[in-house]
Amino acid sequence: MPPLVTAVGLALFVTYATWRAFANSHYYAAPYVSPFYSPCLASNCQDMKGGADWPLFGSWWGLSPALLVLVFPLGFRLTCYYYRKAYYRGIWSSPPACAVAEPHAKYTGETRFPLILQNSHRYFFYLALVVAGILTYDAVLGFRDEHGNWGHMGLGTLVLLANIALIWAYTVSCHSCRHVIGGKLRHFSRHPVRYRLWGWVGTLTARHMLLAWSSLISVGVADFYVYLVSSGAFDDPRFF
Amino acid sequence: MSSYTAHFKVWRGDADGGGLADYQVEVNDGEVVLDIIHRLQATQAADLAVRWNCKAGKCGSCSAEVNGRPRLMCMTRMSVFSREETVTVTPMRTFPVIRDLVTDVSFNYTKAREVPAFVPPQGVAAGEYRMAQQDVERSQEFRKCIECFLCQNTCHVVRDHDENKPAFSGPRFLMRVAELDMHPLDAAAEAGLDRAASAQDEHGLGYCNITKCCTEVCPEGIHITDNALIPLKERAVDRKYDPLVWLGSKIRRRGQ
Amino acid sequence: MTNVERHAYDVVVVGAGGAGLRAAIEARERGMRTAVICKSLFGKAHTVMAEGGIAASMGNANGHDNWQVHFRDTMRGGKFLNHWRMAELHAKEAPDRVWELETWGALFDRTKDGRISQRNFGGHEYPRLAHVGDRTGLELIRTLQQKIVSLQQEDHAETGDYEGRLKVFQECTVTRVLKDGDRVAGVFGYVRESGRLFVIDAPAVVLATGGIGKSFKVTSNSWEYTGDGHALALLAGAPLINMEFIQFHPTGMVWPPSVKGILVTESVRGDGGVLRNSEGKRFMFGYVPDVFKEKYAQSEEEADGWYADPETHRRPPELLPRDEVARAINSEVKAGRGSPHGGVFLDVSTRLSPEEIKRRLPSMHHQFKELADVDITAEPMEVGPTCHYMMGGVDVEPDTAAARGVPGLFAAGEVAGGMHGSNRLGGNSLSDLLVFGRRAGLFAAEYAAGLPAPERPAAGEEQIDEAAAEALRPFGAEAGDGGPDAGDGGSGAAVENPYTLHQELQQVMNDLVGIIRRGPEMERALQHLAELRVRSRRALVEGHRQFNPGWHLALDLRNMLLVSECVALAALERTESRGGHTRDDHPGMDRTWRKVNLVCELAGKDEAGHGTAAATAPTAAGDAAAGPGTARAEDAAGPDGAAGMSGASGPVSTGTAASVSLRRRPMDPIRPDLLDLFERDELLKYLTDEELDA
Repeated sequence: MPPLVTAVGLALFVTYATWRAFANSHYYAAPYVSPFYSPCLASNCQDMKGGADWPLFGSWWGLSPALLVLVFPLGFRLTCYYYRKAYYRGIWSSPPACAVAEPHAKYTGETRFPLILQNSHRYFFYLALVVAGILTYDAVLGFRDEHGNWGHMGLGTLVLLANIALIWAYTVSCHSCRHVIGGKLRHFSRHPVRYRLWGWVGTLTARHMLLAWSSLISVGVADFYVYLVSSGAFDDPRFF
Repeated sequence: MSSYTAHFKVWRGDADGGGLADYQVEVNDGEVVLDIIHRLQATQAADLAVRWNCKAGKCGSCSAEVNGRPRLMCMTRMSVFSREETVTVTPMRTFPVIRDLVTDVSFNYTKAREVPAFVPPQGVAAGEYRMAQQDVERSQEFRKCIECFLCQNTCHVVRDHDENKPAFSGPRFLMRVAELDMHPLDAAAEAGLDRAASAQDEHGLGYCNITKCCTEVCPEGIHITDNALIPLKERAVDRKYDPLVWLGSKIRRRGQ
Repeated sequence: MTNVERHAYDVVVVGAGGAGLRAAIEARERGMRTAVICKSLFGKAHTVMAEGGIAASMGNANGHDNWQVHFRDTMRGGKFLNHWRMAELHAKEAPDRVWELETWGALFDRTKDGRISQRNFGGHEYPRLAHVGDRTGLELIRTLQQKIVSLQQEDHAETGDYEGRLKVFQECTVTRVLKDGDRVAGVFGYVRESGRLFVIDAPAVVLATGGIGKSFKVTSNSWEYTGDGHALALLAGAPLINMEFIQFHPTGMVWPPSVKGILVTESVRGDGGVLRNSEGKRFMFGYVPDVFKEKYAQSEEEADGWYADPETHRRPPELLPRDEVARAINSEVKAGRGSPHGGVFLDVSTRLSPEEIKRRLPSMHHQFKELADVDITAEPMEVGPTCHYMMGGVDVEPDTAAARGVPGLFAAGEVAGGMHGSNRLGGNSLSDLLVFGRRAGLFAAEYAAGLPAPERPAAGEEQIDEAAAEALRPFGAEAGDGGPDAGDGGSGAAVENPYTLHQELQQVMNDLVGIIRRGPEMERALQHLAELRVRSRRALVEGHRQFNPGWHLALDLRNMLLVSECVALAALERTESRGGHTRDDHPGMDRTWRKVNLVCELAGKDEAGHGTAAATAPTAAGDAAAGPGTARAEDAAGPDGAAGMSGASGPVSTGTAASVSLRRRPMDPIRPDLLDLFERDELLKYLTDEELDA
């Protein structure tokens, strides 16, 4: 991907996400919750029937509850091996492209603070697992209607399902995941199950860039869909 | 079948400097850039210096930059250029020029020496080595390396930063560390050598910002970044930056 | 006195392929200070091109395999012309050499139970080739390279100097083995990078320079294969044997030029590839010899049926033995029915669907696509015989790899002769490198260790001066301006371009001493070679000494010419067809020739005193009138002349100027316990009745 396209793509998402994260409105349209606002950890959250609405932070938090949880996916993506490549190349021009001179007099890579913190990627991966679990729960809740009765399906359900599928694919395709699941082993032959899992994860890892972008877009689309429905601009088509 | 005259610009010079020289040279169907360089030698520039050996992409000698892209000249077909296009051939930029297209690649041999060799396991005689195919496959991929040094050349850590050369081994030799760390019988740990930690401490793994140019230029199609460098980074995290793993290994060692 | 860099080592190894590196490792492990000299960068040797594997009877795939079976296969492959002792040592020691590689970090493909996987190969009774996919040679070279590095690391840990005991001189060429009396005293060479001249004083020199393929127009060999070691040995006074035996592969790529000679695997034909000439005719049907008539199809319909139903159809004639196919291709090309680039068409696209081709021949599809821009699913390949391997080489003592007649000189690998007889089996090359590379290193080390410093030979200054003058001659020493030797060079006026000379040499060897040979053609070849030798002295290069490929080629020409003459002389002499030597005018194999090695030596060696550089340079005396002129052994009317094979037949002039001479030498009788490994019926095909009854 050309650096400019990468930079523009990332900038667009960051702009949109910043607006939505600070907006603190139109993030819930029963039964759909925006992935930006789940789990909702402050008491200023909108009431979500049966949803991941746990006021752990109590009432002192006055800002948008999205800010409490977006830190985790943000950190996961910021330290992700693919996104690192993307923004090192696209935004910092380090390097702008292969075999093209870079406009920096000095280069120390990830050897010192703050970039040495990139090594924390696996912890963000663990947290991302939790977040993905909660978003899965949200997607399942999409099979209830707005009154909490099971047996519902609308376009929003599909949107949340597609999003969570891509989120999982992206999360599992993470290089740290590949390492933890089997890459760290010396002898695959002694761990046949982990070896097989490692192989599957590896297949996904090879598509990490694709999954990174498609899950980024899907999470934005999911949020925007909830925004449209919640603000009344769009009526969620109901299948049953 | 047809031939045409192509416009070539070839860097001529030595350590003291030089510049691009223009040549009009015949090109025939099916030829590669190395053929054209050889034709220049035979007809117009008998002293044009170039390294080459197998002309089949197996020895990794004829590395250069063709229109700015690091490539093996024997694997760069003339048919990828239009007939009007000027083809510019320059020596690898990261290494000091000796003459024309020949560079001093001793950096790589120096770095090769800094990676501790395979440590054979104690008490296992020659002929008694038993390794499962799936256990050797990862390292086998890295051993496909033909040492063309295109990855070393393209890596921006040293390409424009000579000052990083002492501290950074480059993708080829970080991959060598990964190869040995994944070798099912390497006994470095028993000998007190922590390869993953040394990748970070001795070989400059931290300089790599995984921008994948090494993988892009590899003529053998080795997934240097995904399969060697990132796994090595993760292994280095195990040894150096992950308190849980560190704690776990301490406890396990005590338990033994 | 010439100003040259001077180093001193205990053992010098010339060549850094499999044999050279293995020799160097051994010599260093025996405590000798060792230098390795290679023309390319360290790790680029031609060994990397080997694909198939390393033959060693480890018995991992089939427990019945053992050294005796391997020995038998090797002798049969070489048509019993192999030196039996070398074949024996090779078969016995190959497994240890392969296992040893694992202790140095090699990663071979594995069997289910974790041992080294072994694959089938032509001529081997059991699956025997240890391999890594199709890049076994690369694994071998890399492992040896890394072992050398690990030895250097040990030295560094101990002494603070990586290169104190084992140093690789990269991109250096040796032009002379220096001597002191009969004994080796060191080597003379130049640094390709800078053009600086250097001398390494050393009592023991191991030649491991590989083959001679670059004397031929179409070859699978790299530019380094200019017969350097063969020529260095000759010039140092050591004899070469079996030089008439060159392995040609029938299907090498001939087009495009960048890949000329690269092998096209036999399975292309096995999977349905057919050979056609420029008229579109599937010509192989016209070339089925009588002895094979019953086994091969007579019509296209019948041949086409074989691929699907081999039970009721006879094999297509494309699958005749290699030499038959090569002969047929050669005849078609010579008759003017060749493809535009001097081969024939090998077409698999009309037979199989593109998907099928990609599935069954992935590497070939990739090879042609990547290297030749040819889509073999849509168009035919152009193929022709390609020079692949030199069976002949330095005449060595089987156990020690010591060159006969020159104390301190050793040879291993392709440059050594005898091991493979008249034809090498696939996979036996890499094992040969390891087995005899180690032995050469071992015995070179022992030899050097037995010579304390004061007793070591030393090359005299005049020898070094002469070597230097010889090396610098292409810069203008003999530009035909009436220099001391201008007279015997004919007109002496024209300056020669080394590239042109090289091309002419390749054309001569390819056309006249190629895969199919005829007496009169080889006579002509010898005349051409003599002319080329004279002209080569006027080869002049421009530019300076720093990395100047024209100069390098001019110097390599001497070696290629010398070796080519040996090949042509020996091929003319051996009036039979055997293994890698096919005489159109003597098509049969003759048991009485089996007992004979043709030994090639520098002409005028005796007159030249002890073979100093001056006397043996292909300069003054050697060329036209002076010297013994040509020296081809008494043409004793074929094998009947065996009576005269005392090993001392005198050179006789045939009117062609030659710098080398040939003599016949009887082979050592095969040890009885080794003969017992064969059935008498089989031996009767190779050995004479008298030999069997003895």
